[in-house]
Amino acid sequence: MKLEYTEDQRAFRREVREWMDANVPQGPLPSFDLTREGFEAHRDWERKLNEGCWGMVTWPEEYGGRGLDLIRWLIFEEEYYRANAPTRVNQNGIFLLGPTMMEFGTDEQKARFLPRMAAGDDIWAQAWSEPGAGSDLAGVRSTCARDGDHYVLNGQKIWSSRAVFADWAFGLFREPGSERHQGMSLILFPLEAEGVTRRPIARLDGELVFAEIFLDNVRVPASDRLGGEGEGWKVCMATAGFERGLMLRSPARYQEAAKKLIALYERHRNELPASTAERVARCWMDAEAYALALYAMCSRLEAGGTIGPESSTNKIFWSELDIELHQAALDILGPRAELMGTAPDAGDIGGWLDGYIFSLAGPIYAGSNEIQRNIIAERMLGLPRK
Amino acid sequence: MQFAFTEEQLAITEAAREMLVDTCQPTDLRKMLEGGQALDEARWNTIRDMGLTGMCAPESAGGLGLGLIDLVGIAEAAGYVALPEPLIELAGVAVPLLTELEDNRGWLARTIGGEVVAVGHPANPFVADADIAGALLLDHGGEVHLVERDAVELVREEGFDPFRRLFRVDWTPDEATKVADGWSRTADRAALLAAAQMIGLGQRCIDMAVAYAKDRNQFGKPIGSYQAVKHLCSTAQVKIEFARPVVQAAAAELEMDSLPARARIAHAKIVAGEAADLAARTSVQVHGAMGFTWEVDVHFFLKRAHALRQAWGTPAEHVQTVIERIRTEPSGADCTFASELG
Repeated sequence: MKLEYTEDQRAFRREVREWMDANVPQGPLPSFDLTREGFEAHRDWERKLNEGCWGMVTWPEEYGGRGLDLIRWLIFEEEYYRANAPTRVNQNGIFLLGPTMMEFGTDEQKARFLPRMAAGDDIWAQAWSEPGAGSDLAGVRSTCARDGDHYVLNGQKIWSSRAVFADWAFGLFREPGSERHQGMSLILFPLEAEGVTRRPIARLDGELVFAEIFLDNVRVPASDRLGGEGEGWKVCMATAGFERGLMLRSPARYQEAAKKLIALYERHRNELPASTAERVARCWMDAEAYALALYAMCSRLEAGGTIGPESSTNKIFWSELDIELHQAALDILGPRAELMGTAPDAGDIGGWLDGYIFSLAGPIYAGSNEIQRNIIAERMLGLPRK
Repeated sequence: MQFAFTEEQLAITEAAREMLVDTCQPTDLRKMLEGGQALDEARWNTIRDMGLTGMCAPESAGGLGLGLIDLVGIAEAAGYVALPEPLIELAGVAVPLLTELEDNRGWLARTIGGEVVAVGHPANPFVADADIAGALLLDHGGEVHLVERDAVELVREEGFDPFRRLFRVDWTPDEATKVADGWSRTADRAALLAAAQMIGLGQRCIDMAVAYAKDRNQFGKPIGSYQAVKHLCSTAQVKIEFARPVVQAAAAELEMDSLPARARIAHAKIVAGEAADLAARTSVQVHGAMGFTWEVDVHFFLKRAHALRQAWGTPAEHVQTVIERIRTEPSGADCTFASELG
């Protein structure tokens, strides 16, 4: 147990910091969900990251990474959030599909997709959920009918973040006639392909942050299947582990939010009851606890361990923490907290409100927290499935 | 950066844990209660012979020369079995303090040999295990006095946890009993080890709830198959999963003795206490009416958790330390570890 960075790790932090200081855009970029322009501004940022070889630091160099360990990944993330750098428009690709492809992809697929993913040349969306298959993902009905060396895709996908402007999607389909966990395959398809229709869905504040995808006889080469035919469920579960567990939510984002909350508290301290200090301390403690747990988890992975159902404990913890953090900030802002960021007197409120709105989705996406609690109960604690 | 225990630490922890789990089952606790025993002599001799009492004493004094980071996993195991003997208080609190004294009057060697020195720190109004102690470390206006057992009068204060033998200590200080001007890091060490024990207590409560929920049938199937019961257990387990690394980090950073390091101990004590409290109440709930009885063993663990939550600084006191830290030291993603802060 040595909770101290090595000189090399400190030097790495300095290197990231210097690059971020010199390259992070001043001020926020326009939303990547509302306009093509905002989306492309975020793609440009991904390209700039890639020029500095920062696209995905843990990936092998041949795929555009630096081949670094997970402790350095944590350090990179810490500096990324410290610098207030833009949200990764390609997070579905780099954090979810990328690691899955590393594990299940053919060499040809890795060489073809991963460098473009790291560079932001292909931005990815996830196409798993369907109107009739949410928490019960094995209920997907969209099909992939084999036709020689192609699949013909049909069906409807929903809740696909970034899908309105993204280039590619990775979708879960089933062989016609198959049921439940059998006969499923994970298939990559271009969102510009003939037969694909995308329709944006408005979030509760009216922002168009996700989309429905309709597939009508979409032909894709069989070589764009990730993992074995009929093994889609297994591949998806590996992706879900990344999604809930580690990559999608590094602790830095919550620690930096806690830091901003402390600053907000200090600015308003004279108007606030003494109990607010404890509330702020609580948020800081939870953000720190998440960071410490991930340092422990990354140390274990580096020593050859694996992540199992712990990824579900992570997902519950960060999603609840995110709401707490933003709710605490809104409570400090008091009656002004209801202002939208566009209101003339909103000041710095907008960011907190927007973060709060986004945090409300946390307990739902990447597998609802109720499903995560079932997973913990059954796979960690050993309670009976039925 | 290595957030993991060494092979040696894991080995000694596992050996101690196995011994404690083998020898200290709830049936053993009940026998001790019936016999009015304060400690189980066979187990206490094993603990001493394994070198656990002197783990944190220097090798020159006959100890193992280890630190609290080496003891923290054993403290968790002691919580897991609700150990009645004061191993953790002795090895992790009394021994480090005796080690720091200019003149320990022979008591360091005697504690390593298994004699008990009770600790009457000002954080706690009553002294635990004073009746089985050969000597007591007592507070007089911030000074530490080392007093032989026969120089004090004890008044038993019955507590909720029958194995926490609490006493009011009546005694008269004099120059000859004074051994130090202050308590040094005693409260920090004790708070940290209380937190570690609470992690173990919480885990035991969940494990008992899970075992019962698999076994108990209602509406024709095990109650553990119902989501309502699963979610109770999972929620408590999540609390434990995110308290344990805080306790471990606090142990690793304790020696730094800076405000960030002290705040991590406070943080650990708060969240471990909450995790143990939720786990204990969850366990009672899952056991239903049986959970509220003397017959089911959950109460042993609930009572210890209840006691340790308030001992060595209350949650309200510890949160003040955290508030001081966040208001006066830098926070953020690059400020997680005390070693990064001046």
